[in-house]
Amino acid sequence: MTDLTIRVNGRPLRVPTGLTVAAALAMADVPAFRRSVHGQPRSALCGMGICAECRVTIDGLAHQRSCVVLCREAMEVVTDD
Amino acid sequence: MTDPCASERDGDLVVLGGGPAGLAAAATAAEDGLRVLLLDSTPWLGGPIWRPGPGATPPRVAQRWLARADSAGVTIWPQATAFAACPPDVLHVERGRDVCRVRWKQMILAVGAHELFLPFPGWTLPNVMGAGGLQLLVKSGWPVRGRRVVVAGTGPLLLAVAAYLVRQGAHVSDILEQASWSALAQFASRLAWLAPSKLWQAATLQTRLLRTRYRPGCWPVAAHGADRLDAVTFTDGTRRWTRDCDVLACAFGLVPQLRWPGLLHCRLTPRGVWVDDYQRTSCDRVWAAGEITGLGGVDLALVEGQIAGHAAAGNNLAAARWFARRARLQRFAAQLDRCFQLRTELRFLPTPETVVCRCEDVTWRAIEACSDVRAAKLYTRCGMGSCQGRICQTALQFLQNWSADHVRPPAAPVRVGSLAGADQEHADAERTELP
Ligand SMILES: Cc1cc2nc3c(=O)[nH]c(=O)nc-3n(C[C@H](O)[C@H](O)[C@H](O)COP(=O)(O)OP(=O)(O)OC[C@H]3O[C@@H](n4cnc5c(N)ncnc54)[C@H](O)[C@@H]3O)c2cc1C
Ligand code: FES
Repeated sequence: MTDLTIRVNGRPLRVPTGLTVAAALAMADVPAFRRSVHGQPRSALCGMGICAECRVTIDGLAHQRSCVVLCREAMEVVTDD
Repeated sequence: MTDPCASERDGDLVVLGGGPAGLAAAATAAEDGLRVLLLDSTPWLGGPIWRPGPGATPPRVAQRWLARADSAGVTIWPQATAFAACPPDVLHVERGRDVCRVRWKQMILAVGAHELFLPFPGWTLPNVMGAGGLQLLVKSGWPVRGRRVVVAGTGPLLLAVAAYLVRQGAHVSDILEQASWSALAQFASRLAWLAPSKLWQAATLQTRLLRTRYRPGCWPVAAHGADRLDAVTFTDGTRRWTRDCDVLACAFGLVPQLRWPGLLHCRLTPRGVWVDDYQRTSCDRVWAAGEITGLGGVDLALVEGQIAGHAAAGNNLAAARWFARRARLQRFAAQLDRCFQLRTELRFLPTPETVVCRCEDVTWRAIEACSDVRAAKLYTRCGMGSCQGRICQTALQFLQNWSADHVRPPAAPVRVGSLAGADQEHADAERTELP
């Protein structure tokens, strides 16, 4: 497996290929992926694109379900915290 | 946005969902001579069960089905989400950033199931997740090595996930099985004659879990932590224990994904989509196979897929050869169902402050004041968020016995841009139907 580099909240992170963005965020030890409408911390629940709790901003596109998106070289990921 | 009508494609048969049922249906129908297009919304084929771990290859049975589909000439679109249908024969499919119209003559629905998530205090904390969900996340690289995990819920998935997590280096301290010892014992005595191979599977699973406490008759009552989980409290109905842990993986069962059948107005039963012997639904030219016709596991999904594939190709004789095996697997599924029925105590886990609708942060107090799903939507926005009620409405079916509201497109989550095109076309179609 080769590595690639993405940026998580501005910080570079090296990850193996084939990783989902959700997994990369867990590797980077990001506790909350997003804040709920009342500001509660939330992170992945279903792992299969159903619950939308893992939403983050990817390459400027908001509300992407990170558990079903694979990391790509130079991807910019932004979480709510 | 790309022109929604820019790419069109026709097929004799369109199969929605590339899990075991969909793959088997597509391969079988193509071998019987149909031109088949298979769509799956994920980048992976084979559904949750056959998803390979990082750097791993799919299991051999999955490879066999993929090879069969491939050599029979099935056209496969991964990362293609079918989200709307325009009568009589157009499907709208989001593929990456494009939206395509797919014309179909026949359709097989095989969109599978998702986990049932039950609310209890603290269930929204990061690191409280679905057990199947956690397994999928780990397969996509989510780190669990050295993490302390409690697995809770019911059914065979508990053991399967716990064993998988142990193999990945997690410390699974407890498995909380809500079914009682006596229910399990009854099940085991029936299992022996029903499916010896399954009993063997269960036994080998157990041996990997030597350092784990298996606790029948126990269930979680609260998860604790500030910004993420750090402990869970569980009970056997009389005593309570609190265990420090990093992850709580919950498996309260699966529910069929009924949004597509609902959108097409297929007849439903309490178990899932109604089908006849040949897996035909109540809708013209539409078949269904796998978990959406009732939960039954991977073997049943494969058999149903093959029946549907043959039947769609008009090969009823070949389809009928699978009837006996399907009946046997269905009996096994019914036994599982009975043994692992959810206990009523689980209905009383949420407190008034517990958030039940996670998308809109609607509490149990607000929902309890409503009479049905419609009222809850109207007055509290429960079920109106990004998950389209998949999580809270299935929970409320269990908690309140509320039936689901009827389905409007999209049948699956897609970008707003994708919707605009489909909506316009739908409106046009409706307009032309007016006298
Ligand atoms: C999270 C999870 C984990 C599981 N883990 C295990 C396990 O470890 N062991 C075990 O024995 N069983 C497991 N199961 C159960 C197992 O998946 C089923 O028993 C069996 O595989 C059912 O097959 P299926 O083809 O009916 O559905 P699935 O395998 O669920 O396949 C359905 C497919 O349809 C696709 N899909 C859904 N909607 C759309 C759409 N709108 N457009 C296009 N494609 C769509 C999905 O991406 C999916 O690939 C798990 C189930 C879940 C939900
Ligand atoms: S974890 Fe549920 S959508 Fe990603």
